[in-house]
Amino acid sequence: MIPINTIQKTAETLMDKAAIEIPLDYLSGLKRAAETEDGDLSSFVLQAMLENYEAAKQDRRAMCGDTGCPRWYVKSGNDAQIEGGMVALETALRRATANATNGVPLRPNRVHPLWRTDHDNNVGIGAPEIEYGFEPSAVEGEKADWIDLITVHKGGLFGTDYRMLFPSDGIEGIKRFYLDCLVAFGKRGLACQPAIIGIGLGGSKDTCMVLGKRAACLRTVGSRNSDAKIAALEDEFIEMGNSIGMGAMGFVGKNMVIDCNIEVGYCHTGGMQMSVHAFCLSSRRAVARIHGDGRVEYRTDPDWFTDYQRRETVDWDGHTILEAAE
Amino acid sequence: MKPRVIRLSTTPTAEALAELKLGDIVHLDGLMYTAREGVYQRALEEQANIPMELPRDSAANFHCSPAATIREDGSFVMGAVTATASFRFAKWLPEWIAKSGAKLIIGKGGMSSQNYKDFFVPNGAIYLSTVGYGTGALLGRGVENVEAVHWREELGLAQAMWVLKCNNMGPFIVASDMQGNCLFERENAKIAENLERVYEGTKPAVLKRFGETDDRSDEVIG
Repeated sequence: MIPINTIQKTAETLMDKAAIEIPLDYLSGLKRAAETEDGDLSSFVLQAMLENYEAAKQDRRAMCGDTGCPRWYVKSGNDAQIEGGMVALETALRRATANATNGVPLRPNRVHPLWRTDHDNNVGIGAPEIEYGFEPSAVEGEKADWIDLITVHKGGLFGTDYRMLFPSDGIEGIKRFYLDCLVAFGKRGLACQPAIIGIGLGGSKDTCMVLGKRAACLRTVGSRNSDAKIAALEDEFIEMGNSIGMGAMGFVGKNMVIDCNIEVGYCHTGGMQMSVHAFCLSSRRAVARIHGDGRVEYRTDPDWFTDYQRRETVDWDGHTILEAAE
Repeated sequence: MKPRVIRLSTTPTAEALAELKLGDIVHLDGLMYTAREGVYQRALEEQANIPMELPRDSAANFHCSPAATIREDGSFVMGAVTATASFRFAKWLPEWIAKSGAKLIIGKGGMSSQNYKDFFVPNGAIYLSTVGYGTGALLGRGVENVEAVHWREELGLAQAMWVLKCNNMGPFIVASDMQGNCLFERENAKIAENLERVYEGTKPAVLKRFGETDDRSDEVIG
């Protein structure tokens, strides 16, 4: 049984870590970008960002003044039990969000869409979002008695778009929409690039958006899709994005994309949904695993997209179908 | 070539502003206030009295909501400060700049050179952009003190008018000059030369959207 106090306390620590500490995978990617950047202004911007991450950690202050919209992903091992049940967990996550907003402090970004009511704590109707996934035991015979708490503080009103494409649009159409998003939102740096670009392909309109957002926020820099052909496409898209000639803040430069992650889902036979998301210079995420015995382990890799989350290993009628390119 | 770095007062002289070139890096000293849609609506549309003596106290308007909180004893905790995109405020700025005497409009992403020529240059004002945009911790370090938070009850923490005492606060980038030139437009023009090559091997979507055609009778297919 996972104690509810441990969940709230861990969640508060995660809020603090996400806002202040840039994850190492993104930091390493940005350092590599700073080494290759030769645009005068873009280069200055990347150096300033690297200094900023250090200042944030030294002072224990948020790395960016726009601290985004805190949200939660909860992945539960199949055998986890939570004191007070899932309703208690949701209460703990909402309390942790409110407490950390005043504690770190974060900017109280969340307001009512029409009345602009602000509770000054990032909590309100539907906020923070809490999404769930479930995971079987990795080792046969062992119990999956743990939960992963993942917080993402995604910023940005810019850098995201959705479009219904069709099979006849093909890869050329996918490339066009990808470039359109980068060029449109990259101008004047509105997307706060260089970013981790997440792309969702297929599903339905809503699942396509969810896949793309999770591809941006829940995979790390350097990770690759388990389908070799999609992984090759990810590599190609990084290269393409960085050949636009646009860098940080929309200045002349060669670093627009730190990584490109693509996630797919089966869609209607007539369609090819596509969404594009940018996880910005403040790619804020923090993760903790809480075990049934109360142990807490912190990390920055959500490790969300397991084979099970993609449902690749879930069979029906005794058949296991592998989706990866043959 | 590294850009040059300049210290500037938040009540700058016309001479100091005339010396600035596009792409210069600026650090600020003196009082700065935050004002965005909430403050503009209240001061200009509702004609409320501005609770500061402007531009005597400050000629620096920051498009910002800080990551900050007010303690129970009334003191302030200032964490990070980052700008918000300024193009959305073009509607209010001509009147605001004239009324407040602001010489420095500080924000994210700049405005158009037309805006600069129409209402920045005639008022002797320039635009400074934040860097990144995410150097919130560095800018937070440059805030020596929160002097006041005006209209906190009326507008909420995010939209309130925060008065910040700056000490070597930066970096900011000079994004417009006294001729009304625009740094971002200059950069965009250079990048645009390359776009045709980048788009080679792509094709437009078979189903268009309004916006890609302004003819509302268009069937948008094909």
